Amino acid sequence: MRSREAMYLYLFIAPGLLGMILFHLAPMIVSFGLSFSEYEITSPPEFVGFQNYHRMLFVDELVGKSLSVTAVYAVVGVPIRLFLQLFIAMLLNRQLAGIRIFRAILYFPSVVAGVAIALGWILLLNPTYGAVNHLLWELFGIIGPRWLNSTQWVIPGLLLMSLWGIGPGIVINLAGLQGISAELYEAAEIDGAGSFRKFLHITLPMMSPILMFNLVMGIVSNFQIFTQAYVMTSGGPANSSLFFVLYLYRNAFEFFKMGYASALAWLLFAIILIMTLAVFRSSPLWVYYEAKRERT
Amino acid sequence: MNLGSANFTAERRLELRLVRRRRRLRTLVIYTLLIILSIIALLPVMWMVAISLTPLNKVFQYPPRLIPDPLSLTGYHEAVTLFPFYRYFLNTSLMTAARVIGTVFSASLVAYGFARYDGPFKEVLFVFILTPIFLPEQVTLIPLFVGYTRLGWIDTYNPLVLPAFFGGSAVYIFLLRQFFMTIPTDLDDAARIDGASEFAIYWRIILPLAKPALATVAIFTFMASWNDFLGPLIYLTSKEKLPLSVGLSRFLGESGTTLWNSLMAAAVLTVLPPILLFVFAQKYIMQGIAITGGGAKG
Repeated sequence: MRSREAMYLYLFIAPGLLGMILFHLAPMIVSFGLSFSEYEITSPPEFVGFQNYHRMLFVDELVGKSLSVTAVYAVVGVPIRLFLQLFIAMLLNRQLAGIRIFRAILYFPSVVAGVAIALGWILLLNPTYGAVNHLLWELFGIIGPRWLNSTQWVIPGLLLMSLWGIGPGIVINLAGLQGISAELYEAAEIDGAGSFRKFLHITLPMMSPILMFNLVMGIVSNFQIFTQAYVMTSGGPANSSLFFVLYLYRNAFEFFKMGYASALAWLLFAIILIMTLAVFRSSPLWVYYEAKRERT
Repeated sequence: MNLGSANFTAERRLELRLVRRRRRLRTLVIYTLLIILSIIALLPVMWMVAISLTPLNKVFQYPPRLIPDPLSLTGYHEAVTLFPFYRYFLNTSLMTAARVIGTVFSASLVAYGFARYDGPFKEVLFVFILTPIFLPEQVTLIPLFVGYTRLGWIDTYNPLVLPAFFGGSAVYIFLLRQFFMTIPTDLDDAARIDGASEFAIYWRIILPLAKPALATVAIFTFMASWNDFLGPLIYLTSKEKLPLSVGLSRFLGESGTTLWNSLMAAAVLTVLPPILLFVFAQKYIMQGIAITGGGAKG
């Protein structure tokens, strides 16, 4: 009976197991091998030792450039988005008439993702005729920058656009806020705590695991930015929006340097892994976990 | 004594009134903020719709207008003639349908196995199957491309569709397993006594009970597949096989710098199905994000 049960287990999970091996494990092993080879598809791969890694780390200036573009985008963008997500979730976490409609509207921009909306943003950020600069002028009297056409403003432009994609983060924060027991706030009120102190001493610690989760996901997804850069700027002007994955894509699918691109992919993997581990390692310092967790 | 308590109640009443007034003020501030944020949230798409309805010679005009004058449907006409919208729409729909079916079926199969049966190495295998959640897809991209090239699968839908039939995204296996574990096993046992096969239990009992979770998986797979860009960009080469995402970006390259109204019309038509899905299935989307943490990939 036990062996029959085990047989059913393996039978049912077989597709997933096979998929994991075929589409993830085997390619990873091959990728690791390729990263030590020169391979341009037409001729068989040739082992070159650490040559790709040497070139990537010490010779190719565009690696450093694309890493710094990506890092700046992540370091500036992730905290802003974390803050906005929490702020908007707190606004939405109230029993007010029509609150469901507001929740839907504020999530809505995240539904329209991908290339279609990127095209729209090319127009919105047009320096002369775009809505963004028009509003800056009408509302604040500011002459807007040249956004995507400027080496200085292209990253801020893409960051601005990314703020419209925080819907999932808002929903996660909202779910977290709804999980905080009202008793905690009531007890704090009896002790005479004001709104700010309640936020600082209850909301923030209780939300810290969720903030950490969003921080990790934010870092991981920001290091993988591709579509916007490919469609909206092609990495320009003058490589000022050459995100790391765009550079990886070019090496692999435009220059057909599969070996070198594999080395770049492993560098990306290493960076994401290190940053994720750093967040997890530092978490005991700032993340508050309830000692007693009830299973839901 | 009496005087004291009267004073007390008067004071208390005043305090209550102040609290109430402060609360009303706060509500007003919150509504104002929410309305401003809502306008900001909707503006980009409203703007795209406006441009799509503007005649070409008025696209670059100052000041920009949210309500075009005169209204023009030329953009939409060109979006379905100059741009092969219907063809790309069909390609995207077929690719998406195949991925949704594959993911819902295979992910639920695997999840059912993990939720209901026991055997050696079960825990290890579960972790093993879930690891792709943490791997950046760029690492496997190149070897997969090389492999598909060897198989002669470049410019076919196989590389885009087939992985969905092998468990799809690991996040969904996790989500479905969590859901299946909440379904009591009494029903399984009753069916077993009646002579139902294990597959029949999965198919006739578990799946119908898990409809909300399956709907969530289907919706997320739909959204991810509809917007997928990198996959089709790499694996498809013939123009007539492209999905909307890559088609749109090509259209921009070919004619976009001039035909902005048609480009926006095509973009608006492209985002229409996800918007409709959101309107009708909002509940599942919101719940799904709260459960999976929104980290679902195609």
